[in-house]
Amino acid sequence: MMDSLYIAWRYVTWNRGKTLVLIASITLVAFLPLALQALLNESERQLRTRALDTPLLLGAAGSALDLVMNSLYFDDEVPARIDMRAPAVIDDSGLAYPVPLYVRFMARGAPVVGTTLDYFEFRGLQLAQGRQFALLGEALIGAEVASRLGMGVGDSLVSSPDNLFDIAGVYPLKMTVAGVLADSHSPDDRAVFVDVKTAWVIEGLGHGHQDLAKTEDSSVILRQEEGTVTANAKLVQYTEITPENIDSFHFHGSAAGYPLTALLVVPEDDKAAARLRGRFIDDARYQLVRPDTVIDGLMESIFRIKQVIDAVIVIVAIATLLTIVLVFALSLRIRRDELETIFRIGCSRMTTARLLAAEILIIVVASATLCGVLLWLLHVNSAALVQGLILR
Amino acid sequence: MISIQTLGFSYPGAGFRLQVPVLSVASGEKLAVIGPSGSGKTTLLNLIAGISVPDSGQVRVGETTVSQLGDAARRNFRITHIGFVFQDFQLLDYLSVLDNVLHPYRISSALTLNRSVRQRALELLEQMGIVDLQAHPAHSLSQGEQQRAAICRALLPQPALILADEATGNLDPDNKQLILDMLFARVDDNGATLLAVTHDHELLPRFDRVQDFADFRGAAT
Repeated sequence: MMDSLYIAWRYVTWNRGKTLVLIASITLVAFLPLALQALLNESERQLRTRALDTPLLLGAAGSALDLVMNSLYFDDEVPARIDMRAPAVIDDSGLAYPVPLYVRFMARGAPVVGTTLDYFEFRGLQLAQGRQFALLGEALIGAEVASRLGMGVGDSLVSSPDNLFDIAGVYPLKMTVAGVLADSHSPDDRAVFVDVKTAWVIEGLGHGHQDLAKTEDSSVILRQEEGTVTANAKLVQYTEITPENIDSFHFHGSAAGYPLTALLVVPEDDKAAARLRGRFIDDARYQLVRPDTVIDGLMESIFRIKQVIDAVIVIVAIATLLTIVLVFALSLRIRRDELETIFRIGCSRMTTARLLAAEILIIVVASATLCGVLLWLLHVNSAALVQGLILR
Repeated sequence: MISIQTLGFSYPGAGFRLQVPVLSVASGEKLAVIGPSGSGKTTLLNLIAGISVPDSGQVRVGETTVSQLGDAARRNFRITHIGFVFQDFQLLDYLSVLDNVLHPYRISSALTLNRSVRQRALELLEQMGIVDLQAHPAHSLSQGEQQRAAICRALLPQPALILADEATGNLDPDNKQLILDMLFARVDDNGATLLAVTHDHELLPRFDRVQDFADFRGAAT
């Protein structure tokens, strides 16, 4: 058999182009469905783990999927907003405590999550460097953000404007990194966390600017009457919160109306959770959902789609295998002289078959090896791939 | 060495029928077979080698009646007892010169490839003047060099019988004489019998005997 393998090896390496095409075809046919299954399994694992770790989620009535994807995985599809009256509703129930979330903005490609310190305790997140955010304008960054941007404590990052051409829209805010979170292998690694008030500053609900009472430049004043001073657009608004200007930051309007995208609702026990869910069943303003049931529904849809993809892959695989058989058959015709020569020399039928089988074996083993290596690489990187490609 | 009696053969559906009443070739003899194209010279070589099976009569090579062997036994007999030299060399492009020479050993369980066989192959290549080309791909050689490699392949198993089918037919005059010199020398070294089909009448004086196919009855029936 070694002699047959040697001759076959010489043949397949001589015909490199044909061999590489065959190996690539077989590898792809084998790898694609396995890779798809592996990615789906990893997606399901990550989605379920995060969902099971989150007992209840309160958001505005509407798409439960958008609510869950935005609140748990910081998806950029922002759900309808609730306001600061919602935490009071949960607090007043006495059945759970709320953790506010405002996930709308981005900073250098990472979602900005406005929340409170309760979030880190609830998720069990640890600091790798620095401290928690304590002042307006401070941020905590996830491990992956720190690694990707090469940032650490003391560095700063700027929130991305909503719309470059909307001068009345959201202004960028330069935020100082107070701490870096330890790697948690979750969407938290890819996020920038700020106090919810800082998120409202980004939103434009709070701002800081020159003190109009002390300014010597009268051209910034539009109108002044009975102690009320109205500035015009020339007034400088601060885009960075510093110890020197922090006192100038203030919020306008009623705090109860400030927006949130969701509340993580942490009930005291299962009974409290059930009672709470009962209270929101017919609520027209809010929906209280169990993230794991929403994810179950999503996975069912994905697996239905996967069944269709599987069927397509089977058809493609059959077509590819038929093509490979055709390539081998045509190859035998092209090699008729060679086969005739070894027959005339005295090669047995068995040996001829063994030579051809050895060529197929080499190609199949090479394909299986390549497929194995690709699957191993996929396995090693599946968590990051799923977070980067699917749960972005 | 070769004994043929009342040999008859025809290809299915063809109008040609080869008939050889008697042909004997002594051991160590060098016999040239001549005749017009289509007279059945190559067919005769195929029948002697057991590549084809006669419709009637018998072919004996040494003590073996080749025409009575089964397919597997004929293949086995051929690779161990007969060396074939073809007009178009029929080397395998994807093998080196040395691998082509060793090829019969790699495709037959009846032959064992060991160090002494490799050594003999190198000696043959040396004798044929192409040992420096042993690692080269066969297709990179000139026609004369390819035929020398093909002769080495035929001789390596030390067969008792060498069948050469227009072995010099594709070569220029200088190479023709050189290759024939080399072939004869190696056949003599091995004490083998040579049966060569040729169209080249200039080469005939070099053979011990010439068999003209016109003496047989190879005609359309």
